[in-house]
Amino acid sequence: MALTGLFLCLFLVGHLIGNLQILYADPHQFNTYALFMTSNPAIKALSYLTYLSILFHAFDGALLTYRNVKARPVGYVKNNASANSKISSRNMGILGTVILIFIVTHMMSFWAVMHFDNKMPLEKISVKSQMAPAKDYYLTQSPGEYIPVDQVAADKKEAEASRKAFYIKDRTEFIFTGADVKKADGYKDLFKVTVAFFKDPKYGLVYTILYVISMLVLGFHLYHGFASAFQSLGLNHPKYNAAIKAFGIGFSIVVPFLFAVLPVYIHFFLKTI
Amino acid sequence: MATKYININLKVWRQKDAKSKGQMETYKLNQVSTDSSFLEMLDQLNEQLINERKEPVAFDHDCREGICGMCSLYINGRAHGPDTLITTCQLHMRTFKDGETIYIEPWRSKAFPVIKDLVVDRSAFDRIQQAGGFVSVNTSGNTIDANATPINKHDADRSFEAAACIGCGACVASCKNGSAMLFVGAKVSQYALLPQGKIEAHDRVLAMVRQMDEEGFGNCTNTGACEIECPKGISLENIARMNREYLKASFS
Repeated sequence: MALTGLFLCLFLVGHLIGNLQILYADPHQFNTYALFMTSNPAIKALSYLTYLSILFHAFDGALLTYRNVKARPVGYVKNNASANSKISSRNMGILGTVILIFIVTHMMSFWAVMHFDNKMPLEKISVKSQMAPAKDYYLTQSPGEYIPVDQVAADKKEAEASRKAFYIKDRTEFIFTGADVKKADGYKDLFKVTVAFFKDPKYGLVYTILYVISMLVLGFHLYHGFASAFQSLGLNHPKYNAAIKAFGIGFSIVVPFLFAVLPVYIHFFLKTI
Repeated sequence: MATKYININLKVWRQKDAKSKGQMETYKLNQVSTDSSFLEMLDQLNEQLINERKEPVAFDHDCREGICGMCSLYINGRAHGPDTLITTCQLHMRTFKDGETIYIEPWRSKAFPVIKDLVVDRSAFDRIQQAGGFVSVNTSGNTIDANATPINKHDADRSFEAAACIGCGACVASCKNGSAMLFVGAKVSQYALLPQGKIEAHDRVLAMVRQMDEEGFGNCTNTGACEIECPKGISLENIARMNREYLKASFS
């Protein structure tokens, strides 16, 4: 629990730094970052380690909770537990379960869309000139290459029927219809997906509120978990205990707060581009 | 201070034997001196029950001066009652108000089965101690006086603090997981800190932890309840030290 917990704390820091880039409100900057995070081999290896850590942490936590419940088959009629321990420390299993549910839904909303959804939008820019009306182009990973949106079909069949110059293959590749040769790769527009999610006219506010509540739960989980991990590893020393505890409390407040800022910013303050 | 007398209501766990199903019984006890200890109050209750030709309440007690670790009792939802750093025999009735209802329950743990009423079987602790809570001593006629081995003051003090554990089981009773880590941590620490304990250090921690798990105690989740409720103020530092000893022994 302790090792995976501390590793996941490190993950939170990395994930937070990545997410905070949303505050730049620059889609291309964020999408470039998203591309890096899904293609760099070192990041890929790290992400598999993170998936394994989450699974192990959840499984081990469930086992721990099960065994600990079994250790007291008959409970107390009157139990004044608040006299000797904090409520967050006594409910790590419940807090963890909420966080696990959050992670699953969160990954379905963004991670799964990014990795598997065929409807994942590609990033476009609108070019205006004094001579012509505004025209939309797809940005590509090849420098200087822009592909006009009106020349791109969803697949080969459609491209041949409508005589468009390009069609999209494997979600990101722009292919010349005639020669079947790849021209360039587009950028998955994760920024757009994220903004659309939290600005959803029907459920955007609900998603925002649920996200903020989940971060509150995460805060309570970290409030106990951070310092607890050090104790489990045997790292208890009068000289450092106060510092570990203080850092843990700060961490449990600052990290979830900054995460929670993002959906609130998107829903209430970000102007749709 | 003049002695005051209070009337109290008691809700006591009554259970005929290990196999029976128990339940809470309510008793009214009048004219309880605020100077009496909690156990003396229970003596008074039992006198009243005997006079009424009823079965007295069985509860554990021995020295009645806070050093034997025999008295237990979960009083008003806390091990050894509302005060800290005391055993039940050191708890006095002046802590309670006139007309108050007091809940009295046995320690609750799978590893501490109820024998009768408020008496539980704590022999699981003895078996943990037997698994590794000892040191080797040369008995061939060349026994070295323990005081001849220099030990630095800091370690000697920490070891003594750990050895203050009286094995009462309040840590297990108050832990939401029914974990015995504070007890075992103290027992491992008191030897691990001294040169005399180094000989078995490797096997001791492994054997005692194995026995602890076999007895059915829960696992530590660092809520810190045990440290607050321990009548001898055993620190969580001892659990961390046991974890270090365990890691060290597991990897070597």
